[in-house]
Amino acid sequence: MTIRGRVYVLGDNIDTDQIIPAEYLNLVPTIPEEYRKLGSYALAGLARTPDQPPFVPPDGMTTPYTVIVAGKNFGCGSSREHAPVALGAAGTKAVVAESFARIFFRNCVATGELYPCETPTRLVDVFRTNEEVVLDLEANTLTNVTTGAVHALRPLGDAGPVIDAGGLFAYARQTGMIAGARAQATPAAGGGPQAGPDD
Amino acid sequence: MSMTMTEKILARAAGKQAVAPGDNVWVAADVLMTHDVCGPGTIGIFKREFGAGARVWDRERVVLIPDHYIFTKDDKAHRNVDILRAFAAEQGLPHLYDVGTSRYKGVCHIALAEEGHTRPGEVLFGTDSHTCTAGAFNEFATGIGNTDAAFVMGTGKLLVKVPPTMRFTFEGEVPPYILGKDMILQIIGDVGVDGATYRAMEFAGEAVMRLSMEERMTLANMVIEAGGKNGIIACDETTRAYLRARTTRPYTEVANDAGARFVTDRRYDARRLEPVVAKPHSPDNRALARELGDVRLTRAYIGSCTGGKITDFINAARVLKGRRVAVDTFLVPSTTEVSTGLRTHTIDGRALLDIFRDAGCQVSVDASCAACLGGPRDTFGRINGPEVCISTTNRNFPGRMGAKEGQVYLASPYTVAASAVTGRITDPRELLQ
Repeated sequence: MTIRGRVYVLGDNIDTDQIIPAEYLNLVPTIPEEYRKLGSYALAGLARTPDQPPFVPPDGMTTPYTVIVAGKNFGCGSSREHAPVALGAAGTKAVVAESFARIFFRNCVATGELYPCETPTRLVDVFRTNEEVVLDLEANTLTNVTTGAVHALRPLGDAGPVIDAGGLFAYARQTGMIAGARAQATPAAGGGPQAGPDD
Repeated sequence: MSMTMTEKILARAAGKQAVAPGDNVWVAADVLMTHDVCGPGTIGIFKREFGAGARVWDRERVVLIPDHYIFTKDDKAHRNVDILRAFAAEQGLPHLYDVGTSRYKGVCHIALAEEGHTRPGEVLFGTDSHTCTAGAFNEFATGIGNTDAAFVMGTGKLLVKVPPTMRFTFEGEVPPYILGKDMILQIIGDVGVDGATYRAMEFAGEAVMRLSMEERMTLANMVIEAGGKNGIIACDETTRAYLRARTTRPYTEVANDAGARFVTDRRYDARRLEPVVAKPHSPDNRALARELGDVRLTRAYIGSCTGGKITDFINAARVLKGRRVAVDTFLVPSTTEVSTGLRTHTIDGRALLDIFRDAGCQVSVDASCAACLGGPRDTFGRINGPEVCISTTNRNFPGRMGAKEGQVYLASPYTVAASAVTGRITDPRELLQ
């Protein structure tokens, strides 16, 4: 599977309060209208810098940025699942970071909202916001379409089998931990890549 | 095979003789806790995946504690508490600490302990990153997301990777001006905000075992600020005495095996610790309080699961008694029990509440998470502008207490109280006699 789109570049220790400020935690991710609203507030807590465009345009509901490239410890802080949900609801498909906070990583996979991909090299200095990228989840590479540079990523590791099964609930059903099919065929609020975790 | 406390708890919960760091095991939950911010989403996933008529795996083991957005005019916040209330009624859940009733508690991590839900040897999952607080009670406790929580709600189980343990040993006796908050900020400054990612953090040594349960909870509470999965402390008579007053449920204490292995083993001389502060905008941005005397403050805040326990207010009152604060100082008790304690605990015959009011503090009688995480705009003590605040809370990332323009310094109740008096960051040794 490949993901193509524009990249948004962030630094180290982007915490969950910057991803989705606490004043929006009154929104419930499983209520479709509130799920979409969470997307409109994705990264609303970032300190504004003159050279960085807003992640979600003013009055917009979604982001033009498909992939986030970040530094260390992305998603640190709270266990709020609203954080990967907000990014996924905004239309982002993957975060490529040097490392992830444990609960955020797990929530990405459990919800299927985002692919949390680790890079062994620091990429925040070699990408610029708005550049076009191709993320290849089979070859584990991130390609900068503008410069042609190809960067190797780490495989998803322990999360792999769970992701392959289609998420925590699907994995649990496949391995006999829980019985039967999903109760209803209603789509998850999240439309993401239906992945599952282990941290 | 020799195991650490964390490994032994997870082995028992997984029904295995032994586990090793890195093993992925299905563990049985003893308690699942959720609150008003993550409970409604958890319930939504539970019903979607298990069916509208599904029942929770064990009514006695699900604990619902609304605490985040309670004293606000926000409609959705009230709607979210209604969702918890309806779910508890539908499922017949006995452990709902409902808003507007005599059972209302406030901050979930303190409420769990006060109500006897934290017991040695057990596994506690909660939809809040500071669930790790309960590790002070010799149990495995960690924060999880809504999807994982919905899975636990339906099955009682969760897939967990066994973490290796980092041990932090404090030898000797801590000086009288040092609190648990100084000890954990010291550690976070040393290992960094991702220094314990995927790891257990054990606190040990004479200085730790001399601490009260409340001070031990402060240590375990902030392991998440180092990225840790869980914090853990051995069980002793202090633990047992606290539990005797709170629960009659039997429990099984765990201790490290001889030969248990630690991925790191740091030692501190407790006598040499100094009061420390985490500067904006990261909990690992450590400095000595005495080095920051030039930092002028506009506000002080005492509250939250980290710094809003009764001992935190007693410590603050020791500094504030007979003095006046120089900046706006907001105090929020973590629980209703702490709120009552502000009236019943006295120093030299004067109630804490009176000491604080005499000092010019603004004291909320309503227990909740309040401004620790900002919250709705009308939250008591919320930072709504370019404030410079010193706080007993746990995080100081940009915007954590409200406005992005705000700057938050994290410190102990002693240091926060001393700084409130002078209006600048102050080493409490200047005021403590």
